[in-house]
Amino acid sequence: MTMDLSRLTSSSRRLHLLVNPFAAAAAHSRRPISTDTSPITVETSAPFTAHNCDEPSRSVETTPQELVSFFRDMALMRRMEIAADSLYKGKMIRGFCHLYDGQEAVAVGMEAGITKKDCIITAYRDHCTFLGRGGTLLEVFAELMGRQGGCSKGKGGSMHFYKKESGFYGGHGIVGAQVPLGCGLAFAQKYLKDETVTFALYGDGAANQGQLFEALNISCLWQLPAILVCENNHYGMGTAEWRAAKSPAYYKRGDYAPGLKVDGMDALAVKQACKFAKEYALKNGPIILEMDTYRYHGHSMSDPGSTYRTRDEITGVRQVRDPIERIRKLLLGLDLASEKELKDMEKEVRKEVDEAISQAKESQLPDPSELFTNVYSKGYGVEAYGPDRKEVRSVL
Amino acid sequence: MAATFQVLGAATGLFFSGSFDPQRLHLPSIRSVSERRTGFLVVRSDGHIVSSWNFPARRTQQFITSSIATKANEAASATTSKPGHELLLFEALREGLEEEMERDPCVCVMGEDVGHYGGSYKVTKGLAEKYGDLRVLDTPIAENSFTGMGIGAAMTGLRPVVEGMNMGFLLLAFNQISNNCGMLHYTSGGQFKIPIVIRGPGGVGRQLGAEHSQRLESYFQSIPGIQMVACSTPYNAKGLMKAAIRSENPVILFEHVLLYNLKERIPDEEYVLSLEEAEMVRPGEHVTILTYSRMRYHVMQAAKTLVNKGYDPEVIDIRSLKPFDLYTIGSSVKKTHRVLIVEECMRTGGIGASLTAAITENFHDHLDAPIMCLSSQDVPTPYAGTLENWTVVQPAQIVTAVEQLCQ
Repeated sequence: MTMDLSRLTSSSRRLHLLVNPFAAAAAHSRRPISTDTSPITVETSAPFTAHNCDEPSRSVETTPQELVSFFRDMALMRRMEIAADSLYKGKMIRGFCHLYDGQEAVAVGMEAGITKKDCIITAYRDHCTFLGRGGTLLEVFAELMGRQGGCSKGKGGSMHFYKKESGFYGGHGIVGAQVPLGCGLAFAQKYLKDETVTFALYGDGAANQGQLFEALNISCLWQLPAILVCENNHYGMGTAEWRAAKSPAYYKRGDYAPGLKVDGMDALAVKQACKFAKEYALKNGPIILEMDTYRYHGHSMSDPGSTYRTRDEITGVRQVRDPIERIRKLLLGLDLASEKELKDMEKEVRKEVDEAISQAKESQLPDPSELFTNVYSKGYGVEAYGPDRKEVRSVL
Repeated sequence: MAATFQVLGAATGLFFSGSFDPQRLHLPSIRSVSERRTGFLVVRSDGHIVSSWNFPARRTQQFITSSIATKANEAASATTSKPGHELLLFEALREGLEEEMERDPCVCVMGEDVGHYGGSYKVTKGLAEKYGDLRVLDTPIAENSFTGMGIGAAMTGLRPVVEGMNMGFLLLAFNQISNNCGMLHYTSGGQFKIPIVIRGPGGVGRQLGAEHSQRLESYFQSIPGIQMVACSTPYNAKGLMKAAIRSENPVILFEHVLLYNLKERIPDEEYVLSLEEAEMVRPGEHVTILTYSRMRYHVMQAAKTLVNKGYDPEVIDIRSLKPFDLYTIGSSVKKTHRVLIVEECMRTGGIGASLTAAITENFHDHLDAPIMCLSSQDVPTPYAGTLENWTVVQPAQIVTAVEQLCQ
């Protein structure tokens, strides 16, 4: 039995292959990688730190199918954001464009821990969260380019992605304001007895907004199923967290509300934390999650991202903590996929993104009459001139 | 089509039982709010409570939407002597709110001291005992966040009524009102509707001081996507409250601190007013006086003097501050050719300023004289009583203005 040396790469730990020479043969005739649903347990790489509650276990239940889907989804998100970067530089996307690459594990891990009936609301770094909630690449690129095929018909832009049917409530430009909205969603869930929860995401910059504490206070008083998630990428645009927050332990800032600090670059840890938080919130009320994550791009496309941090720091995180590489190593290490299969998947993803972009480019710009649609909803029907009349002048 | 039914006496209460789903509600019930009440209700047979209804075929139904004030006009109510019932304006607001809460379980109230305390102006008195803490919610002093929470709840389909204890406090929630409340329907491409009602007392009161005497209609008027209405009588207060709650759009209902104790006789039957219509208070021939909220009463007082002096002013309570009812206003301008606007807003950037611009742009050819606008002075409202009186428009000034206009 010969081992196929070309299948070994420097980053994989194929200890079991060295021990069991038959595994190589089995590897050649492996079942398709994406369909195995037998459970496996993986340990998170970093421990959870808890405030006022018991931390969840570090052993995460998952399946090979799920791990492969993590890889694929994160690769898709990464590719999408990089493509958006080129489109922006090619002036096809204008205005503000905030990219999420580096933080994909939060979006993907969260989806794995919850259902589409739970609600997610976030601020402007929403492209990948939207994709995770069931949005399509076409909707993303068309909206970024301001076309009719976009999820908000081209009228929202990068910062206003929404998908009502899958519980994605946006997409907000003014940071901090989405957290009271999220607590309102949780209030509605409690009112309607839905047994679902709301994840209200915000960043380390927005964590200093007063309305967060107001909303947390009310949510704890009324015991709402609200989970406040701080995506701590350590920089609020150009200001590092230690310069903006006296207490950068964001998970502790809820004080009376419990908190959990999670390694946000580990999709499995995020999944575990979100599952735990959902169970907790349904029973006891609000909990704060702090996702320790990192963004490779600057704050937005107009920010090079290197004036307030060193390139070494960025490459360092990319080498040691990159979420996609972590899952790749896991997949290779557990022999759930081969190097080639993963590379093929990435190529596929790239193709998918390119196709979506060309399709989006063919989508029309909105019709001028769309300027006046959806300003108001049709009134409840009394015979009168409604506010949707488009004439600026009135005629007698 | 639609089913009409009459509900008398006790009805099934549609509150929260274990498997309640408001989306699948079929028969909203009206319970008699008081022994005097019998009601008619028009409901679509597809079960939707809040959807647009077509009215042309139903003029005979009980929804009174005419713009003629019914203060003295009892034609719309039942036939017996002394029809209707008398109440104060805050009670009319409460009646409207209660009827809507009864009718639609998705309606809830949020605000400071609205629950156990009964409301600082007693508009929500008794509602917490009746509907419980989940539907009448006492919030901490956190306008920014509880307005935001109301908007978030509205995004899912609930119909919150957010009360600002004083309109001025809602300045703290300006971001939520402007960016989220007004704009979400547009920026989401129509996915989310925000059927929220934001209400509260504003205006210059009795020596309440500068910060508690603010008129926010001028600050909110440019926010796209919201509707603004101002009530001035118990009749229109109840009708506008009900219309605002039923509307799919965010509505800001401006009440006035000094008008809460006005007494009027209102019909027993259920009625809803149109949010976009102005009210013809006094038809006339010589000059059109446009006003809203408390200034309506100053204008009517001045009108008495004017009538004695031989003038015939037409007084219109514009009620709808955004959008303006240019149809009623325009018809009046076409008739009288002179316009006087009397408002409590400040001159700079106020409702009167926008209304002047709108009338000039649309009806310039019909005007015989430049539009006059009487507004409050551009000063913080002083505490001293005499000074406070000088900041707002007084009837004497209105009389002088009309005389000047009609020269």
